Amino acid sequence: MLRIPCPYCGERDEAEFRYGGEVPGSIPQTDVGDQAWADYLFARDNPKGLVHERWCHSHGCGQWFNVVRDTVTHRIHAVYGAGEAPPVVDCSNESQADGGR
Amino acid sequence: MRGYSFPALVGRALRGHRGWPKAWRSAEPERSYDVIVIGAGGHGLATAYYLAKNHGITNVAVLEKGWLGGGNTGRNTQVTRSNYFWPQSAAFFERSLKLYENLSRELNFNVMLSQRGILTLAHSHHEMEALRRWTNAIRINGIDSEVMTPSEIGKLVPLLNLDARFPVHGGFIQRRGGISRHDAVAWGYARAANALGVSIVQQCEVTGFDIADGRVAGVTTSRGSIAAEKVCICVAGHTSVLAAKAGFRVPITSMALQAMVSEPIKPCLDTVVLSPAIHAYVSQSDRGELVLGGGADGYNSYAQRGGIPLLEENLAALIELFPAFSRLRLMRQWAGIVDITPDTTPIMGLTPVKNLYLSGGWGTGGYKAIPAGGETMAHTVAHDAPHPLIADFGLDRFESGALIDEGAASGVAH
Repeated sequence: MLRIPCPYCGERDEAEFRYGGEVPGSIPQTDVGDQAWADYLFARDNPKGLVHERWCHSHGCGQWFNVVRDTVTHRIHAVYGAGEAPPVVDCSNESQADGGR
Repeated sequence: MRGYSFPALVGRALRGHRGWPKAWRSAEPERSYDVIVIGAGGHGLATAYYLAKNHGITNVAVLEKGWLGGGNTGRNTQVTRSNYFWPQSAAFFERSLKLYENLSRELNFNVMLSQRGILTLAHSHHEMEALRRWTNAIRINGIDSEVMTPSEIGKLVPLLNLDARFPVHGGFIQRRGGISRHDAVAWGYARAANALGVSIVQQCEVTGFDIADGRVAGVTTSRGSIAAEKVCICVAGHTSVLAAKAGFRVPITSMALQAMVSEPIKPCLDTVVLSPAIHAYVSQSDRGELVLGGGADGYNSYAQRGGIPLLEENLAALIELFPAFSRLRLMRQWAGIVDITPDTTPIMGLTPVKNLYLSGGWGTGGYKAIPAGGETMAHTVAHDAPHPLIADFGLDRFESGALIDEGAASGVAH
């Protein structure tokens, strides 16, 4: 069970939230070609370790926000608002410490 | 390799089962190979086996960071079926089921295939219409599939509660579908590949690629550098991690898919029952345990454990369908990391790096594809061109837009 700190309502169970996937890069120009569009639409970093991702507190305030989470330990390192720059997170995360397994 | 047979079994039994030779030999890494396959799961071992058997390439190493068959091959729920919707998927997965039907003989290793049928349920009139269309598509693809009425389902699965919270409106069955023993598939391919000269190296994690002028020349591992003319990635949930080491991104999201088994009970369920709408499926293993599963946890994860909320959701749905199971205790619960693609069709074939090949994106259904996956990837590696059966499964489909949106891939709704 993830306990996600909604920046508006405080910490709640994951069942109250909807997942929005990785925070994508910026939308490409229309004339940059299929490869750039495929990369934007479909390709993902899918990191083993820290990921910047979107969550929506759908059964609470209904607001979207961003979370920095470790995909190995599921520890949430930071929460920041939609459209804000991601905070700097200490990268000495646990997934390195336990060999990434 | 000494063949397994009834006389051999009787002979060994009379001598107290002493002196059975090891099924396969664990090798130390050498300096170079013709082909390196990364990942000693079903797909990696099958690819190595067919490289040796069909293409005569025997100087092959299968590198495994953990132990043989210890990833998703040992964590899935053993379902084999070919009831897919689109013609490309149907042709590929039907080839796989046909290979499964002869696999025990092919490998001289009993994979315990039990074609007990896989029954998919519908819980509303509209869902039933969708299942009828799915059934027709399967039949047009030349694969067996039958619509069943609630009373026929009640006779086939007497324990099923047809008047559940979401009543059963009907369903369809692929009678050639079923289950097999997943460890046996890994061990059988390992043994057969090893007998043809393939080296299996465990505890050897690939940490990077040796790439020059856009062409792969080998890998770096936790046990030193190894040169190879060709490298094939078959690593289930860690496809993105290895692709990043080779310098390209893939359209894959890794998630935790959990499964669980109950305490063993007497035979009570002789088919696989699956409900897409309520997100649950169940079969009974030969040991008597009920093998239960459902959808994947709804967020990126590389932790090989599942979340409790989804476990509760799966079990609540299942107990509503099978009230008799409500008093059983769970013995084990676990998760595997599955790599899910946007269209739930695997990604197989060439990569942006020359001589580096990829078999990944198997999502929640790679087990059933092991024989055909190995056969087609071996062809692809040997000829440096995709096998016709997987020509449409390449990475380039995300640029061309020719996605194969296979909702039937997982069996349960995403």
